[in-house]
Amino acid sequence: MENNNSAKIKNENASLNGNDKNNKDNGMMRGRGFKFGDDISTDLIAPGRYFHLRSNMAELAKHVLEDADPGFASKVKPGDIVAGGRNFGLGSSREHAPAIMKIAGVGAVLAKSFARIFFRNSINIGLTVLICDTDKIDEGDMLEIDLRKGVVRNLTKNLEIRFNPLPEVMIKILSDGGLVDHIIKNKGFNL
Amino acid sequence: MKTITEKILSSHAGRDVRAGDIAVVDVDIVMAQDGTGPLAVSQIKKLGFSKVANPAKSIFFIDHAAPSPRKELSDSHKVLRDFAKESGARLSDIGEGVCHQILVESYVCPGDVVIGADSHTCTSGALGAFATGMGSTDIAVGFALAKTWLLVPQTIKVNFNGKLGKGVYAKDLIIYLIGKITADGATYKALEFSGSVSSGLTIEDRFTISNMAVEAGAKAGIFAADETTNRYLGQRGRAECFKEIRADEGAKYEAEIDIDCTEVEPMISMPHTVDNTMPVSRIDKVKVDQVLIGTCTNGRLNDLKIAAGILKGRKIAEGVRLIVAPASRIVYLEALRAGIIETLIESGATVISPGCGPCVGIHQGILGDGEVCLSTQNRNFKGRMGNPDAFIYLSSPATAAWSAVRGFIADPREAL
Repeated sequence: MENNNSAKIKNENASLNGNDKNNKDNGMMRGRGFKFGDDISTDLIAPGRYFHLRSNMAELAKHVLEDADPGFASKVKPGDIVAGGRNFGLGSSREHAPAIMKIAGVGAVLAKSFARIFFRNSINIGLTVLICDTDKIDEGDMLEIDLRKGVVRNLTKNLEIRFNPLPEVMIKILSDGGLVDHIIKNKGFNL
Repeated sequence: MKTITEKILSSHAGRDVRAGDIAVVDVDIVMAQDGTGPLAVSQIKKLGFSKVANPAKSIFFIDHAAPSPRKELSDSHKVLRDFAKESGARLSDIGEGVCHQILVESYVCPGDVVIGADSHTCTSGALGAFATGMGSTDIAVGFALAKTWLLVPQTIKVNFNGKLGKGVYAKDLIIYLIGKITADGATYKALEFSGSVSSGLTIEDRFTISNMAVEAGAKAGIFAADETTNRYLGQRGRAECFKEIRADEGAKYEAEIDIDCTEVEPMISMPHTVDNTMPVSRIDKVKVDQVLIGTCTNGRLNDLKIAAGILKGRKIAEGVRLIVAPASRIVYLEALRAGIIETLIESGATVISPGCGPCVGIHQGILGDGEVCLSTQNRNFKGRMGNPDAFIYLSSPATAAWSAVRGFIADPREAL
């Protein structure tokens, strides 16, 4: 598993990705929660009928998550947080799915579990993805993610949810600004 | 004592690796298709590369929207054609077929590491390769460096034993398995298919099973490379690339799943998830508007032959559209020469160009509101075939063909 076990999060690194303005300085992110269920496929996130827009991601982003919540793209504000259930991002390898979530302003995705390719793609393009118990989050809750402490605070419900630390290798990629920058900086892999 | 995955990844990491290790490995084959390729090209350029590391085994496939139905996609196709020329990579253009089929026909050898910007890259695992899907950025790095990083996965061994009953095919086995272990039952894991039924399966049947490993979340779906593999590579004029690959006795598996195939009936995945499964014999009467036979899951010669065997001398039901998408030009030609295409067309089928066609919801068979499609493809997510208000069921080619005749989802054993 690419997000397994023992690695301890290095938050000064992890904080470099995602919604930079929000978290860059202090490892904190804050936004409203949008709640989704289990099995949110990449077809629901980036529908195949907009295949021709893949070369125009700003336009494709206007349809992000459209088949799971038709109003999502018009409601989401920069820094908002998507909370899914199990197996978030299953299906196609289309990197456009996490990319348009990021373009639309999504600061982070929380889920009970992620599909492998979606998780890896998100790290590569710098979208924060964290595994935690999302049952304690409802639509509209104000959430604060503390990357240093490894907790999501549900400010609306006044409770804390711990998230699984990212594996070391992914932190290295994130801290370099994504996979492309990691390769450029290190002239190859340095994991 | 190693699993097949550990063996292949060790030989590509230059050191002994085990499940749980992170490894940077050499990659033999890298590919992207027209949905993921243009983004990979822009990432390759961002990396500062204009060439690919291993041109003969770097391939761009134009198969998802082929031929192009829209000018935006035509422009994306141009990006791939131009970059292939510039970089030295191979191009597989419209009409040649679905990437996964062409990889197994012409490129992949047992023991290879294959990465592709398409989730069903796992299909090549049927040849005893380690093959996995990734996104465009990972693949861009693969094109540029012929390397990737991987967490060596734990392996779940699936033992298919017993005997396949009448009307039960590889597709039924994999749908049954996914129903049993669920859509995330093998997430991050490799599936290794074993048991007496697995060794007796044709290579085409193995492709079908490996193709759908990702529908259980798996990173790879691997068969041992054996005499069946050898024979197939020989038929494809690639005998020299065969080598036997099997797991060591005593290799460590995270789990073993025993399936008695004698118990498996013709199966269906119901909307909107692949793991929402049911034996055909137990579902209520579901009227079908469209039937699709083909794709990278079940668009090979024997699949079309099975369908034609059922459709011969029969007509599809009134109000049903039957679309046939051969997986590749080679399959198409073989089916044509064998009279299979003629039989299918006589029954009322519309044969479309080899490629992904309606399975990805771009063109050539998009569903209308409220319509039902029974397809031999691998995935039935909401919106998959271009309309979130439509309903997709999955089955074997036999079930699909017989259902096209009946006009509703029907048990193929009635026709055999």
